[in-house]
Amino acid sequence: MLFYLVKRVLYTLPVAFGVSIVCFMLVHIAPGDPLTSVLPPDASAQLQQEMRRLYGFDRPYYEQFLRWFGRALQGDLGTSIATGRSVTSELVKAMGNTLILAAFATMIGFVLGGLFGFVAGYFRNSFIDRFASLLSVIGVSVPHYWLGMVLVIIFSAQLGWLPATGAGPGGSSDWAWDWAHLKHVVLPAITMSVIPMGIVARTIRALVADILSQEFVGGLRAKGLLDLGVFKHVVKNAAPTALAVMGLQFGYLLGGSILIETVFSWPGTGFLLGNAIFQRDLPLLQGTILVLAMFFVVLNLIVDLVQSAIDPRIQRS
Amino acid sequence: MAATVLPVPFERSPGYWANVWRRFRREKLAVFAGCVLLAILLMAIFAPYIAPKDPTFGTMLRRLRPIGTPGFPLGSDELGRDMLSRLIYGARLSLFMGVVPVFIAFFIGSVIGIAAGYIGGAFNMVVMRIIDVFFAFPSVLLAIALSGAMGAGITNGLISLTVVFIPPIARIAESVTTGVRKLDYVEAARASGASAFTVVRTQVLGNVIGPIFVYATSLISVSMILASGLSFLGLGVRPPEPEWGLMLNTLRTAIYVQPWVAALPGLFIFITSIAFNLLSDGLRTALDVKD
Repeated sequence: MLFYLVKRVLYTLPVAFGVSIVCFMLVHIAPGDPLTSVLPPDASAQLQQEMRRLYGFDRPYYEQFLRWFGRALQGDLGTSIATGRSVTSELVKAMGNTLILAAFATMIGFVLGGLFGFVAGYFRNSFIDRFASLLSVIGVSVPHYWLGMVLVIIFSAQLGWLPATGAGPGGSSDWAWDWAHLKHVVLPAITMSVIPMGIVARTIRALVADILSQEFVGGLRAKGLLDLGVFKHVVKNAAPTALAVMGLQFGYLLGGSILIETVFSWPGTGFLLGNAIFQRDLPLLQGTILVLAMFFVVLNLIVDLVQSAIDPRIQRS
Repeated sequence: MAATVLPVPFERSPGYWANVWRRFRREKLAVFAGCVLLAILLMAIFAPYIAPKDPTFGTMLRRLRPIGTPGFPLGSDELGRDMLSRLIYGARLSLFMGVVPVFIAFFIGSVIGIAAGYIGGAFNMVVMRIIDVFFAFPSVLLAIALSGAMGAGITNGLISLTVVFIPPIARIAESVTTGVRKLDYVEAARASGASAFTVVRTQVLGNVIGPIFVYATSLISVSMILASGLSFLGLGVRPPEPEWGLMLNTLRTAIYVQPWVAALPGLFIFITSIAFNLLSDGLRTALDVKD
């Protein structure tokens, strides 16, 4: 186990390094200089030179990368060109909001998806199975940003039950655990939960069907175990994979929330990323993507380790 | 009485593709999805003949009309353009942006994956680790990051989506090729002295291309959603071009005035995407691909 742990961590390091190279390169595939968008068009050549030196854009790429990477390791992701504030502080606040949203969405998606998948796998080829399969196809096919819009149309525009945008009353972006704030998370969380729901349902269905077809289940039944007893064993066997899927989906939602956050003006990392793109705030773009991708990499690692700790048979290479 | 000798009916065994077609036809839902996609494709091709109006011409006097207005069967948008015509024309760019990246990625990803799988060793190691790096990004994030950095536009959108789909396709191609490579008949072909290229072309390709293709078709639905999503964000297709994702974006402000007109483009994305998913599921069954 220890060997596996070390091996898995060592394997993650080059991937993480590669990810940071990709994030760094993003700025340089952009057309023009990263500064052209912020400097006034009539800025003097001298001012341009000075700014370039200040941001380090006059150095060779590898040197820029090493400097950026070294600082990133210390938690310094540079300064936002648009606001002049540090990227890290902008990110920390947005990350909190995205975590809240993604956690709610994962919970809803996992409970519902797990339920559908379990029932479908338990009663294979029944009416319920077909219904659940259809639901999961819909879940993976629906453009979630459109679903968000439709929910806003129904529950905000038409019925007026729930707020359409923001994370709190008056457009505040500070989260609190009260109904005034929770009200704002309902629609975006339900919209987002559709993304993992279909995948979770599919996975659990296949998992349960597979477990039920194994010999030990027949053995349990032959021992005279009632359905509830068999059920318990199925849950126990399905749990590690189910947890892994849940962890990965959570990471995926953190990084993939931009479209939903845009629809609902949810002040999270996706929203921040959108702003960074349209203000051509490249340090902010770079930093946000780096943090989100690293989150995904680390979560992948944790999921792997937890999964193999629960079930030593699974040691993914 | 002379016994009549019945001629033995000559039965040709149906070929592989005939069998595939027979199995596919049995998947009612997939056949239906195929028909829907065919209709959407025809709609895209013959848009100039079907669309009742010019999709880019609008008049501010007739903006945001509800569904069923005479002259505007599906209403009009925020600039008074005919929704029906725009939705019909929108099929062109939306399909193009959704399907093309997957096809390019299918070719590039297959070449990379088959090469890595067949050559193996250190080459495989290096290629697959690079693929892993791109895999470390959630696909939505990578697509948006790339086109966000490159700027809006159809070409940039196509490039970023292609980059997003190469790693998963290459990974599948690599794993099926690695499996086939060890089989006896491939070993035999190699022992016969055939060049690597010939072995891949004659022995490997036919056995790996099916699973890779089925996997690629399953990505089209994701690609449709992502491509329209880019336009929805203001990346990808630029106005006044009719494209479903972009229409959804520009109509967002109208959800309090004409909610159902505003929601229409998304319905088209949804229908296309679900049809591709069902078709891909049917293909999987018909080609008997196990995952």
